[in-house]
Amino acid sequence: MLHIKCPHCGMRSQNEFSYGGDATVKRPELGKEISDQDWNNFVYNRKSLRGKHWELWQHLSGCRQWIKIQRDTATHEIFKTLKANEEIS
Amino acid sequence: MTQSFRIENGGLINRDKKISFKFNGKNFFGYEGDTLASALIANGVHLIGRSFKYHRPRGFFGAGVDEPYAIVQLYRNGETEPNIKATEQELFQGLEAKSINCWPSVNFDVGAINNLLKMFLPAGFYYKTFMWPKSFWYKIYEPFIRKAAGLGTASIKHDKERYEHKYEYCDLLITGSGPSGLASAYSAAKNGAKVILAEDKSRFGGTLLTSEVNIGNQSGKDWADSIISELKEMPNVTVKNRSQVFGYYDHNMLVMSERISDHLPKTKKFHPKQRLWYIRAKEVLISSGSIERPIVFGNNDTPGVMLSSAAKEYMKVYGVLVGRKPLVFTNNDSGYETAIEFKKNGIDPIILDTRKEPQSEIIEEAKSMNIDIKNSYVVVAAKGYKKVKSADIAKISDDKEELGLIENIDCDCICVSGFWTPTIHLASQSGNKTKFNEDIDAFVPGISKQNEKTLGAANGIYTLEETLIDSFEKGNLLSKKITNNDNKISFPNVVEKKSTVHDKFWCVPLPKGKNYKRFLDFQNDVAVSDIEIALKEGYRSIEHVKRYTTLGMATDQGKTSNLNGLQLVSKIENKVVPSVGHTTFRPPYSPISIGAIVGREVGKHSKPTRKSPMHSWHEKNNAVFVDAGVWLRPRYYKRGNENLFEASKREAKNVRKNVGVCDVTTLGKIDIKGPDAAELLNRVYTNAWLKLPVGKARYGVMLREDGIVMDDGTTTRISENHYHMTTTTAQAANVLSHLEYYLQIVWPELNVNVVSTTEQWAGAAIAGPKSRDVLKKLFPLVDVSNEGLPFMGYVESELFGAKARIFRISFSGELAYEVNVESDNGNFMWEKILEVGEEFEIQPYGTEALSTLRIEMGHVAGSELDGRTIPYDNSLEGLVSKKKDFIGKRSLSRKAFIAEDRQKIVGVVPLDKKTSIPEGSHLVEDSRAPMPNPKIGYISASCWSVEYDNPFSLAILKDGKNMIGKKLYVMSPLKNKVIPVEVVSSHYVDPKGERVRS
Ligand SMILES: [Zn+2]
Repeated sequence: MLHIKCPHCGMRSQNEFSYGGDATVKRPELGKEISDQDWNNFVYNRKSLRGKHWELWQHLSGCRQWIKIQRDTATHEIFKTLKANEEIS
Repeated sequence: MTQSFRIENGGLINRDKKISFKFNGKNFFGYEGDTLASALIANGVHLIGRSFKYHRPRGFFGAGVDEPYAIVQLYRNGETEPNIKATEQELFQGLEAKSINCWPSVNFDVGAINNLLKMFLPAGFYYKTFMWPKSFWYKIYEPFIRKAAGLGTASIKHDKERYEHKYEYCDLLITGSGPSGLASAYSAAKNGAKVILAEDKSRFGGTLLTSEVNIGNQSGKDWADSIISELKEMPNVTVKNRSQVFGYYDHNMLVMSERISDHLPKTKKFHPKQRLWYIRAKEVLISSGSIERPIVFGNNDTPGVMLSSAAKEYMKVYGVLVGRKPLVFTNNDSGYETAIEFKKNGIDPIILDTRKEPQSEIIEEAKSMNIDIKNSYVVVAAKGYKKVKSADIAKISDDKEELGLIENIDCDCICVSGFWTPTIHLASQSGNKTKFNEDIDAFVPGISKQNEKTLGAANGIYTLEETLIDSFEKGNLLSKKITNNDNKISFPNVVEKKSTVHDKFWCVPLPKGKNYKRFLDFQNDVAVSDIEIALKEGYRSIEHVKRYTTLGMATDQGKTSNLNGLQLVSKIENKVVPSVGHTTFRPPYSPISIGAIVGREVGKHSKPTRKSPMHSWHEKNNAVFVDAGVWLRPRYYKRGNENLFEASKREAKNVRKNVGVCDVTTLGKIDIKGPDAAELLNRVYTNAWLKLPVGKARYGVMLREDGIVMDDGTTTRISENHYHMTTTTAQAANVLSHLEYYLQIVWPELNVNVVSTTEQWAGAAIAGPKSRDVLKKLFPLVDVSNEGLPFMGYVESELFGAKARIFRISFSGELAYEVNVESDNGNFMWEKILEVGEEFEIQPYGTEALSTLRIEMGHVAGSELDGRTIPYDNSLEGLVSKKKDFIGKRSLSRKAFIAEDRQKIVGVVPLDKKTSIPEGSHLVEDSRAPMPNPKIGYISASCWSVEYDNPFSLAILKDGKNMIGKKLYVMSPLKNKVIPVEVVSSHYVDPKGERVRS
């Protein structure tokens, strides 16, 4: 079970969180024209990287905030956690 | 029975306390402090079971967790537990155990015929045998295998015992209380670190209990005792025996199972049987020691052949002799320690040492005691069936290839020592890449991945002095990092006998003309020949060889067999062991009970149960409940002998004719506030929300980004910037997370707050032509006329003094209202509604009637919004705005979603107007078409229409819009039904929706 540092609450166990996928995906703007290909990429296509990966998690059983986590998908090492409004650097 | 193999004095057992127990129906006595194994050996019982594949007789091989043979069915306090290791089970008054894997009995075993047929049961026999003919499998092969092979029998009764989970944090977790565990725990504790010291066995001390050493001016055991009692007194230290750390998981979390009551005749009141500890440790010190490995020779599975360290432990800890004519077969000095212990107890052992001229202090001591030592000698084969009677021995050439003349000597046990294998399971589980240590012929931990260090024998360090120095230092260093204290401990003087190098010999060659089985894996009956076959058949990867031959896959997980298996593979393949590599170590280190894993989350605690404030009223009024997610909802209210069908029909009819009331508290409710609330709703729902006036409700559908319907419900504008959203019961939590995601991640610029209020409001739906009459009585001050409170209207008022929200919304398709009051007033509201409704013949109705009402109205619910349908499929396309954008809109123009013959919801009625249609059935055009018969749709929900008094179903049907009036077939292979049906409109009752507006 991972040990995740919520930027709002501190170190908490993984079972308080739910996973939310790739954090680098940007939703296309509302009302803007978008090609089928670009839309499909947004909805379906993810890279499924091995190694460092920025991803979203929600602290479901805690502060309910969505947070950003940089995790190694192979080793589960967590390098950084950010609040939702903090930019990935 | 007398304890004929019990030594007069000595051991750590309490001879003042006799304990009676039963094995295979016979009564025996042992002492407090015995294990079932030591007590049985003391009583001369050496045959305990039958092997897995060949049903060969099985005795005792070890004295602890590595035991491959002695697994029993245990009976304790009216319960039974399978696959308990007799070597681990402590004796208690009234213990009962039986052999497993013997049918019909341990002495006469039908399965032993497998032994005679062993040429037909080679490697991979699982995959090769019992394959043909196919029809034999269920009736003949499987029942036979289950009876003849298999292990113990799990109880089918509910387990009355209690198991607990505990979460703990510590600075240092130390796994094992041998010399390295004690030393590191002591120095860390002295630095003030929070320490947990876990010992698998009941006694602390590990090898110090059986070795002839001195630490300071104390014996090893006394030193261990004094350290433990000091540690126990320290407030920063938790010392746990009978506690095995069995798994090392991510981020330094380890799991330990504590056996609290297994050694007692009965669990004490309010105590758990076992407790699982989830420990998050800053640092982990692995001090799990090592396990002696066997030397492989002919018939080395005969009862009486056992590890030499086990023989020593039985003498030193339990005061029990494993035999009176022992043969010690060794390739290193450890065997000598066992022989010396025999000699001290008046027994004359014979040592067969594979080495030519070994010299050391220990060997000198054995010689000085006049122990018979035969150098360059090996055991070729054990003789005897149910117990060793003699051994064929021979001289072996210096290159270890040639055997000399075979001699036969009498013996009643063969104590084997093939040197020591570090217990590296935890280190390996942590991600540590292990490395092969040539000096000890075994794997040891390499570079740490998590915060873990391995000490002592587990790290391949086999002298006490080195172990203690290293462990004191590691304990001090790691704790210093955490506490900033540096309390140095003066290092005690250590006295131990020096040993010399071991011989890398591990397998005795077969003598000419003999074909003895030489076993590697004693529980799964994997012999040298099986590995040879697997390699001949082309298996190369050690992981494949393991699975094909089942080497190391038994309940002991190959603790005594893995390394010899690797030796064999590397020898045949002409490789070195490290290039063959070892198989993956997976938790648990040793089996743990399912009960411990489940903990308290059993029965009604397996998930939370949520009840509405009106729950006790429902109970008192004969409600039959149904699980709706985590909620309990009344399915129907039973009157007299009514069944589900009759009761729900009555309730639904009464709604259509008079008025009914339904508990709708479970609907998800989300409070939405903020200046941008309308904008959020406009983006989340498919229809327009910007112009909804205050005091009005609107039905909305929300999609996922892929265009699939996520949920539906009504949202009401309470005031300028305040909305009340309802969701389905099942999706409440997901919808809240969904809104939070968009507000926090995608559109943080929207100034809106959302919060769940599901539990803050109790809800009652009042539905039926007479519902307005009920409402008038409930709220005499409110104008509830069609003009005053029109369809989709909303007012706030008081219900006999309780603050109430009144929504005119309908799920049943009748004139209906939903009243919400604060949860605490829920029951008050409910009783008032029934009280004032009595004159209008009001009846409560449950979820079954609710379903009937919505199905015949064609209102969609979870069975249609099943994660596979878009708005069009549910005839909700009228709610999809063409003007604005919203979540998932772009996906709705995907090719499949706009196909001409896209699936759509329809109604289905059986032609005979009688046969009920099973939900989930398929719709086909031709019931007699050859298989696979093309499916054109499926039944999503079925009911008995109370309006028309015949069955009616909703279906999602390909090209549904052009299918009305068509005759099709419903097919349910599960229920073996073929029903001719007609397709009708999904709006079976009141298609124009006049009633809700009346
Ligand atoms: Zn948090």
